[in-house]
Amino acid sequence: MSGSHRRDGLRIASMVHRISGLALALFLPLHFYTLGLALNDAAELDTFLRWTDNPLVKIAEAGLVGLLSLHLFGGLRLLALEFLPWSPRQKLYAALAASASVFVSLGFFLSAV
Amino acid sequence: MSKQRETELYRPGETLAVKVWRGNANGGGFHAYTVPSQESQTVLDVVTWIQQNAEPTLTYRFACRVGMCGSCAMMVNGEPRWTCRTHVKKVIGDKPLEIAPLRNLPVIKDLAADMAEFFDKWTAARGQFQPSQSRDDAMAAISPDEPRRAAANAAIECINCAVCYAACDTVAANPGYLGPAALNRAWTLQSDVRDDAFAERLDAVSAGGGCFNCHSHQSCMTYCPNELNPTASIAGLKRLSAFSYLTGGKSR
Ligand code: HEM
Ligand code: SF4
Ligand code: SF4
Ligand code: FES
Repeated sequence: MSGSHRRDGLRIASMVHRISGLALALFLPLHFYTLGLALNDAAELDTFLRWTDNPLVKIAEAGLVGLLSLHLFGGLRLLALEFLPWSPRQKLYAALAASASVFVSLGFFLSAV
Repeated sequence: MSKQRETELYRPGETLAVKVWRGNANGGGFHAYTVPSQESQTVLDVVTWIQQNAEPTLTYRFACRVGMCGSCAMMVNGEPRWTCRTHVKKVIGDKPLEIAPLRNLPVIKDLAADMAEFFDKWTAARGQFQPSQSRDDAMAAISPDEPRRAAANAAIECINCAVCYAACDTVAANPGYLGPAALNRAWTLQSDVRDDAFAERLDAVSAGGGCFNCHSHQSCMTYCPNELNPTASIAGLKRLSAFSYLTGGKSR
């Protein structure tokens, strides 16, 4: 197809869900590595945590929190679509999921700095 | 498109630039034609004009011309549409009107797509009604208000046009996927109290290639010319299937 359907809001929501899911999966090994440091190497963990005080890292963390909440709220919308009686307001719900994630992500950033 | 732009581009009495895909399973390409533009002209009228006046060997399909039979679907400017009910005025743009065979299906020749796999999937989804009674039994009395009947009615007006099938990116990515039309059909039968193949059909639509392949993009619903909602029907099948799994098969 020419791709015009790919600019449809719900099709974009689907791609956002896929990309955020994959990005979260890529991030997980790093997350587990850090958790592992907490158990095995306190000194290394402290160096690492100091590195995370860097504002750029904070922005990246806010991005990750944003991805997680995008995926969470978007996933809840999909589960509601599939398991609750049909609602025609899917675009509204997708937009609400996206804006809720912006709030969560910004909220994280403001409380982190 | 804005009303003003539409009237700027749509000029009945003048001519229309059209590109039609011609070829077969081995390949092909777009050929350019100039067609007289007319008031209330449909995309199917344009194709018919080309075949009758410019390209007698052009192959395409249609029957009813009133949106009943589902045989005239094609890609118009890259989007799947029922061509007999699509007015040129609605789809006209700056570029030549581009007409091609339906996406996600093999092509036989020119604008005629091979529908075999589309209908094979209806059979695979157990799209046939399985009567639970014989002609000697009394007619089943079913109120249109009954919830299951209402669910079936909402999805029943399918004309088998394959527009949704062409619009679905999951079909494009996974040729084994049964697709929106076949699953929508299965949902109408799962909602039919007179049908006697509920369990077999549930197995058929829950297997690989079935309802759980659907990612709820809603492209099928966006493009269905009859304004059906296969996404909701497929969600219904997912619920039936999940419920049956959780209750150890005691569904319905
Ligand atoms: C936080 C709670 C979560 C919820 C509610 C959720 C929900 C969902 C749902 C409903 C789907 C199916 C989407 C579809 O049918 O296309 C999905 C897919 C997926 N999820 Fe999650 N998920 C969550 C967390 C995660 C996490 C933490 C990861 C990363 C490790 C993840 C990675 C993925 C991936 C890679 C997909 C496949 C995407 C696709 O097929 O397009 N999810 N999720
Ligand atoms: S909702 Fe399901 S069937 Fe419809 S276009 Fe998306 S994947 Fe295909
Ligand atoms: S569900 Fe709609 S688009 Fe799909 S085959 Fe039926 S009528 Fe055509
Ligand atoms: S010709 Fe029958 S639906 Fe278009």
